[in-house]
Amino acid sequence: MGMTAVERAAPRASTPTRRRRVVGLGALMAILVVTAAVSLAVGARALSPAEVWHGLFAAPEADQRLTEIRLIVRTVRVPRTVLAVVAGIALGVGGALIQGHTRNPIADTGLLGVNAGASFAVVSAITLFGLTNPFQYVWFAFLGAAVAGVVVFGLSSLGRGAGNPLTLALAGQGVAVFLAAMTTAIALTDQAALNALRFWNAGSVAGVGFGVIWPVTAFIAVGLVLALSTLPAINLLNLGDDVARGLGVNIALSRTVGILAITLLAGAATAACGPIAFLGLMVAHVARYLTGPDYRWLVPYAGLLGAIVLLVCDIVGRLVVRPGELDAGVVVALLGAPFFAALVWLGKFKNA
Amino acid sequence: MSAEPKAAVLPGVRLGRVSFVWRPWLVAVTLLLAAATFLLFCLSIGIGDFPIGLPQVIATIFGHGEPVDEFVIMDLRLPRALAGLVVGVALGVSGAITQSIARNPLASPDVLGITSGAGAVAVFLVTVSGGTATAIVDSVGLSAAALGGGLGTGLLVYFLAWRRGLDGFRLILIGISVTAVMEAITTWLLATADIRDVARAQAWLVGSLDDRGWDEVRTALWCTLALLAVVSCVAFQFKPLHFGDEVAAGLGVRYARVRAVMLLCAVLLAGAAVSAAGPVPFVALVAPQVALRLTRCPTPPLAASGLVGALLLIGADLVARTALPVGLPVGVVTAAIGGPFLVHLLVRANVR
Repeated sequence: MGMTAVERAAPRASTPTRRRRVVGLGALMAILVVTAAVSLAVGARALSPAEVWHGLFAAPEADQRLTEIRLIVRTVRVPRTVLAVVAGIALGVGGALIQGHTRNPIADTGLLGVNAGASFAVVSAITLFGLTNPFQYVWFAFLGAAVAGVVVFGLSSLGRGAGNPLTLALAGQGVAVFLAAMTTAIALTDQAALNALRFWNAGSVAGVGFGVIWPVTAFIAVGLVLALSTLPAINLLNLGDDVARGLGVNIALSRTVGILAITLLAGAATAACGPIAFLGLMVAHVARYLTGPDYRWLVPYAGLLGAIVLLVCDIVGRLVVRPGELDAGVVVALLGAPFFAALVWLGKFKNA
Repeated sequence: MSAEPKAAVLPGVRLGRVSFVWRPWLVAVTLLLAAATFLLFCLSIGIGDFPIGLPQVIATIFGHGEPVDEFVIMDLRLPRALAGLVVGVALGVSGAITQSIARNPLASPDVLGITSGAGAVAVFLVTVSGGTATAIVDSVGLSAAALGGGLGTGLLVYFLAWRRGLDGFRLILIGISVTAVMEAITTWLLATADIRDVARAQAWLVGSLDDRGWDEVRTALWCTLALLAVVSCVAFQFKPLHFGDEVAAGLGVRYARVRAVMLLCAVLLAGAAVSAAGPVPFVALVAPQVALRLTRCPTPPLAASGLVGALLLIGADLVARTALPVGLPVGVVTAAIGGPFLVHLLVRANVR
């Protein structure tokens, strides 16, 4: 590494810190790969590594048992594993971004009204069009989440104090509160909507096919690219808007891109899985504890942690109430929250 | 608030051993809010199937009414209106305390576990029909059992967050964790229960003032009054906490004790509100933020927050009873009015 490069770039962490962060990132990726492999093998019918391998790569055969395994792996295990990874990354990155952009350590991915918008769209679609199949309202949910995010950002960008983090957070709460009230009003008067809402609210990565997963992944990929492009700016924005402006950050642009990224990430993940609360908030704090406040490292860590946590929770959910399953969103809270509370109690987190 | 006009130095007033800053705008707005609350309170009593004029209502409340009016008002209408008043004031003050201690506008007593704990217990009792659950509901009533759950959860958060004193940040993160667990339990119970029970539980979860008689109101009223007395005694020492522990200690405030007492009051006030109306959402979040913007104070003002909460709740109840075709519970209408009003205030502050 030449001296000029060091001086030109933003202040670099010292080499040992940097090495530690890279090693940590590698370790997280390794854990993710192992967890994903376990996720393919575990379930109502446990499979051996050889069987999983066969199910993934072998050509169709006449053998009844092998065909069955192939079917289980390809149509059940692989989709839910892929979705858990994709949605986990999206919610982890989204959680870290929203905390960075609002400068609020208790901001979660639902803050911009994304979850409330999605739920409202789901119950409206059911009531208005009589939809019964969850696959039919995935895109309504995405639309609702996106519209809510855009409305919140639009409202908080009116006038002079545009994009003030506090205004953004509170406007998000205001809109979310309103949408939640409308959702409840519909659910209380329409039993079909209430019935769909209670399953939707649990948040699950199971039972979604690739027909939904690929488009959702495409939206999340766009969101990730946008998110990564704003990371250096978030570091400067966290010094305060005035300092950031003085250092040459285009505040309006980076905040718009950041909010757009959050809306895409959280909206797409929520549309496919239902609302999974707490995940983004939790992994953002853990990532900050592991990496320190530099968002260029914090956000990738949060994404990987999100994927690992969601995968682990999905696996645990398959095991604890056999032969039934516990939804991943429920497990995230039941398992993650006590763990998180213990870390808080031990004083691991600093006020961001 | 960068959009607020910079205030000139406000004059201090000293009366014997008491000194305070003279804020004419705060006093004027608070008095105006009190007058509006009283007017709306009387109006809410007067409007109904048997309309009674405002002068008669006021005369009857103060004990000089006609016998006919007296029966309708004292036995039928007053308990409900009083419930709205008490719940609104309790939630508003509780929210103001919580947001001040957390120094975070997104914090509310909802985060402290009261409402989510009460909700989880109530949903459990409604959906799990069995020996013990039925026995509990039969002996103490659903509301009382739920209140017990809420207070238990609130105190659990309180003591989990206690580690060599109370720290606002730690409290909020612990509270969010415990709330996440309780909400996950609620979600799971709702997802696995019979749909008829779900409708009943959902109605309870929103909070309602329907059919409130003196029995439900009396306890909440006395508890709230007693707690408000404690709060107003400690309030003078509460304000300096906003400057941080060091400054507060320098000003002669025993900050640890003041914070502990005020927070306990916030938890119990929220409990009193739950006992009278169930977990009415969002009032505690919205009321302090609205009051803060109306009074142009730097921190949530306690009295004004309580009054805004009362106005919001009584007004929402009035709208729900008279203007809406279907009888929606007051919690839904409160959120539907409070959310947009908060957004309106935010946008106005930006655009001005």
